[in-house]
Amino acid sequence: MKLNWSDVTPEAIWLNRRSFMAGAAAGSAVIAATPAFALSGRASAYSTDEKPNSFEEITNYNNYYEFGFGKEDPARYSDALTTDPWSVEIGGLVDRPGSYGVEDLVPENALEERIYRLRCVEAWSMVIPWLGVPLAGVLEKAGVQPGAKFVAFETVYRPEEMRAQRGGGIDWPYHEGLRIDEAMHPLTILATGLYDKPMPNQNGAPIRLVVPWKYGFKSIKSIVKITVTDSQPRTSWQSLQPSEYGFYANVNPEVDHPRWSQATERRIGSGLLGGRQDTLMFNGYVEQVAGLYAGMDLARNY
Amino acid sequence: MKRVNAFIGRIPEWAVWLAGSIPLALLTYDLFNGGLGVDPVRDIEHRLGRAALYFLIGTLAVTPARKMFRVNAIRLRRALGLLAFSYAFLHMLAWIFFDMGLLWQQMLGDVVKRPYLLFGMTGLVILLALAVTSNRASIRRLGRNWLRLHRLIYPAAILACLHWLWALKLWTGWPLICAGAILVLLLLRVPSITRKVSNISLKTVS
Repeated sequence: MKLNWSDVTPEAIWLNRRSFMAGAAAGSAVIAATPAFALSGRASAYSTDEKPNSFEEITNYNNYYEFGFGKEDPARYSDALTTDPWSVEIGGLVDRPGSYGVEDLVPENALEERIYRLRCVEAWSMVIPWLGVPLAGVLEKAGVQPGAKFVAFETVYRPEEMRAQRGGGIDWPYHEGLRIDEAMHPLTILATGLYDKPMPNQNGAPIRLVVPWKYGFKSIKSIVKITVTDSQPRTSWQSLQPSEYGFYANVNPEVDHPRWSQATERRIGSGLLGGRQDTLMFNGYVEQVAGLYAGMDLARNY
Repeated sequence: MKRVNAFIGRIPEWAVWLAGSIPLALLTYDLFNGGLGVDPVRDIEHRLGRAALYFLIGTLAVTPARKMFRVNAIRLRRALGLLAFSYAFLHMLAWIFFDMGLLWQQMLGDVVKRPYLLFGMTGLVILLALAVTSNRASIRRLGRNWLRLHRLIYPAAILACLHWLWALKLWTGWPLICAGAILVLLLLRVPSITRKVSNISLKTVS
């Protein structure tokens, strides 16, 4: 689809609509009248004021290797994934293990809008208005036990619906993990929507992780399993190429990926001559998260 | 084969250039008609690079086609090689201007530090040397050395291939097929292999 300038909503109207939606969320009577395909989230102090990428850009430029290795493949092929019904199995060191519905984990009336920067390890970036809830609250609901040190995540394995899972490349299903303090950090969210819409399949429907200070591949999509453990979990990219993809994968302009510099990045949508911008330490979330890594050598724990 | 060769013999060199500019024309068309998707920079860069590699494969195919199938397209080889160089050069310009946004210091650091950029750059320098010596005057002046110099297209093809494979996060079908094609075209130059394959193919053709 080709967009013209006439399709662009003027920022003032757009911002207005946002505060209207935020206001609407406050009254439950209005929520009942809201059609099922629209979502809204409370504005959050954690949001950046940078201009978000368009819905078009966010949903047509994705790394989601289960649907293919090209950036357009997810938009092309992810329709095949059934996202309803869906449940997430929470287990390991929790008091209330079990199978949880998406609606139980992320109730619509608890949604927050988190406008986050996203930085891909391939040195491109976007700004995305996610809708979700802090992961911490979800884990607390399941009751994290004292011995917990890490959280492991797993993406759905459905080769009949996810065409690239029929081939090799990655040892499916996709795995990711966080240290427990990273998982409990208020910036870490489970997202079920973006831009006032339910999460599009290519972006990780129905429920995905978003960890904005880490490279995009840490933010695992279409989660079916969350396991709280006492040992560092195996992650897909780390198993594939440990010299290039570490467990932490924190955005760090000073630690280069062996094959491409991480000092700068290209913001998607900035045009042919948009050039590059400097990459910020922890993707710009240094104030919030630097404390998590105090005393650690980030060149070794990359 | 005679008819095929007669047909090739009638193709003027400018027709190769005209056909060779189709990828560039399509790219330009897509650029101005919103056909490049969300990240036009990447599309421009990748499409130019792939075109360069395809013409490189075409250039490398000329000699085996003549030796093994008696298809003689040697007249058109120079144009194919120059097209490969032109696309590779545009590919580099796209990287410098659009992708890296003229950040010279980072570019320089990256080329030295990253094997795949070093491979690409070295391949391009070789193609440049071959391009500037592709005229009749150079052929005459360099004599036997011209042939030796132009054998550098073999390492250039290998470097171009590695440049692509090394830049990928995962090795997937198409780049591997192209790498395979280059490998086969280079192997066909090993004298014993050339002999065997041409014995078989010429028997079946004639």
